[in-house]
Amino acid sequence: MASKPTAAPGRDLKAAFKEAGFAALVTLGLCIPIIAWGTRQNMDNVLVLDPRWDAVAWAVGIVFVGRLLVALRQQGRREAKAAVRLLPHGTIAFFQRHSRLFSLFGLGFLVSFPAIAIGLAGWGGALKWIDNFGVQILIYVMLGWGLNIVVGLAGLLDLGYVAFYAVGAYSYALLAKNFGLSFWILLPLAGILASFWGMLLGFPVLRLRGDYLAIVTLAFGEIIRLVLVNWTEFSNGYAGISGIPRPTFFGIPFTAADDGFAAVFGLEFSPIYRTIFLYYLILCLALLTAFVTLRLRRLPVGRAWEALREDEIACRSLGINTTNTKLTAFSLGAMFGGFAGSFFAARQGFISPESFVFMESAVILAIVVLGGMGSLWGCAIAAIAMIGGTELLRELDFLKQVFGPDFDPTKYRMLIFGFAMVVIMIWKPRGLISVREPTAFLKEKKTISADLVQEGHG
Amino acid sequence: MTVAQPLLAVRGVKTYYGKIIALKGVDIDVNAGEIVTMIGANGAGKSTLMMTIFGNPQAREGSITYEGRDITRMPSHEIARLGIAQSPEGRRIFPRMTVFENLQMGAAVRNFEHFDEDLEKICVLFPRIKERLQQRGGTLSGGEQQMVAIARALMARPKLLLLDEPSLGLAPLIVKQIFEAIRELNRTQGLTVFLVEQNAFHALKLAHRGYVMVNGVITMSGSGKDLLANPQVRAAYLEGGRH
Repeated sequence: MASKPTAAPGRDLKAAFKEAGFAALVTLGLCIPIIAWGTRQNMDNVLVLDPRWDAVAWAVGIVFVGRLLVALRQQGRREAKAAVRLLPHGTIAFFQRHSRLFSLFGLGFLVSFPAIAIGLAGWGGALKWIDNFGVQILIYVMLGWGLNIVVGLAGLLDLGYVAFYAVGAYSYALLAKNFGLSFWILLPLAGILASFWGMLLGFPVLRLRGDYLAIVTLAFGEIIRLVLVNWTEFSNGYAGISGIPRPTFFGIPFTAADDGFAAVFGLEFSPIYRTIFLYYLILCLALLTAFVTLRLRRLPVGRAWEALREDEIACRSLGINTTNTKLTAFSLGAMFGGFAGSFFAARQGFISPESFVFMESAVILAIVVLGGMGSLWGCAIAAIAMIGGTELLRELDFLKQVFGPDFDPTKYRMLIFGFAMVVIMIWKPRGLISVREPTAFLKEKKTISADLVQEGHG
Repeated sequence: MTVAQPLLAVRGVKTYYGKIIALKGVDIDVNAGEIVTMIGANGAGKSTLMMTIFGNPQAREGSITYEGRDITRMPSHEIARLGIAQSPEGRRIFPRMTVFENLQMGAAVRNFEHFDEDLEKICVLFPRIKERLQQRGGTLSGGEQQMVAIARALMARPKLLLLDEPSLGLAPLIVKQIFEAIRELNRTQGLTVFLVEQNAFHALKLAHRGYVMVNGVITMSGSGKDLLANPQVRAAYLEGGRH
């Protein structure tokens, strides 16, 4: 930054304007190809360019003013550098000291969530809350926890996690439709199949780490998706599979029929029973993932994963079989992805390759990274923020009154995602919960902030 | 030649990195109960030899036998299970894990038998570690990290301890402490130590026998005392470098 050493510690307006002007110029350069012309096709299928210079002007103006304010603020802070804290000092430590209490509270809330939703929104309104918020978020919490084993604990960057989700979903869909097997048989089977594919991916990438591993796993995710798209005899291609049998309540279907759930239990038929059942199902699956992760972390294999993340060479010289360690991480992570996938297929009743695009992998990975690698709480909070946030955008109808009836807040989802990620990476570069709890203690629990450890180490 | 079979015998080992030869036929004996050191300049191939013994990279020619068993083609983790432990170059402790967890990782080979007993011993040997047990590895000072690296290797109850430059980047006082601990282990427990060092003076004073390596070949060998007195060794590794 070009700031002249001035005698008075006053604000250097000229430098600030210069900086803001430069930022605005960059924005202008970026906006011209991206925003300046809207494209559409007219009746004759000819591409028409609609100039949108007003939007460009808005973007440039916002960046200019924003950068100017930031620059002035930084100048003012140069002497007394007071960090902005969103949470008062010691909040995280407080949560960790009472983590058991908060876990119990969180668990209580999750178990009673359907009742709370029904109480607050009534029978009709609760369906949306339980399905869109409860089930949807819990699927991603589970996927995040599953990927956390691979990325957070074993430190193997996997960009193709959605492939295992897809394997689980298609296993359930195809086997249930073609062989009529029940959900309860296919759930473990889908997990086993997914973990088999996890191993299959694990073998060729054993020697890879970091960026190279990420690229290969990314390719693997795409291969699975492209196979599902193109092998139409097997997977029905883009059209997807519909009419997937829904899970039953231990044999009792959730239908309005005489042998349906409502009739058997003497209740009035309502689709909400199935949703509540699905909610508890995914809650159990997610808790199973968390439980297994927590237990494994205390076992030699879990500690070997973490050691592997820290230093592979040291691991080998301590007699740890790194091949087996990596393969167990891949296959176990994939297994939970498979569970989530088969649940997804059973819940939707329809699946197509559209649901398993790279964007999904990116969202799941973002949940793990934003949450703080290896932290179950962090993953859960990040999933609530990201998935719940997306769902909330749909609810912001009042914005239509401000911006006109064409305004659709969900269109801005990616913009908000990106912005949130930039903010978090500036504010907490190691994720929301960046402290790692030791798995073994001598006398008492003690955590040391991750700030004391060099960036990039784990 | 000794009558008894050496604990570790390295015979005509050649190691390559791709097409580049790093070890050009190395012969070394380490007898049970000995401290043997290998000194040499940067890039002589000392660490490569250490890693080759541990099977990563593997020797392209020659053989390595340990207790009469050929371990030349064995994967690293199996070598570790035979009772060879290594404190690798650059310490390589696990930075985000606590010292306690680091030590646990060392005991994994032995399935955590005798863990508490061994931990006691470590705490006596390195009192500094006892104070730092609950601290993260990455927050320790260099000397403490080195102690943890050695302690972690010892948790496996090895018969043969391979140490790669334990004095690297440490203050002279700490180096002295660490070397004292090695001597202690050798004297009281009969631990066999193979030590690779650039700090020739300290290493030769500590060791029963020593080897000098230049450009991937052993050029000299003898007892620690003889090598210390040898004018060539003095000229190349000690004069001006003695601190």
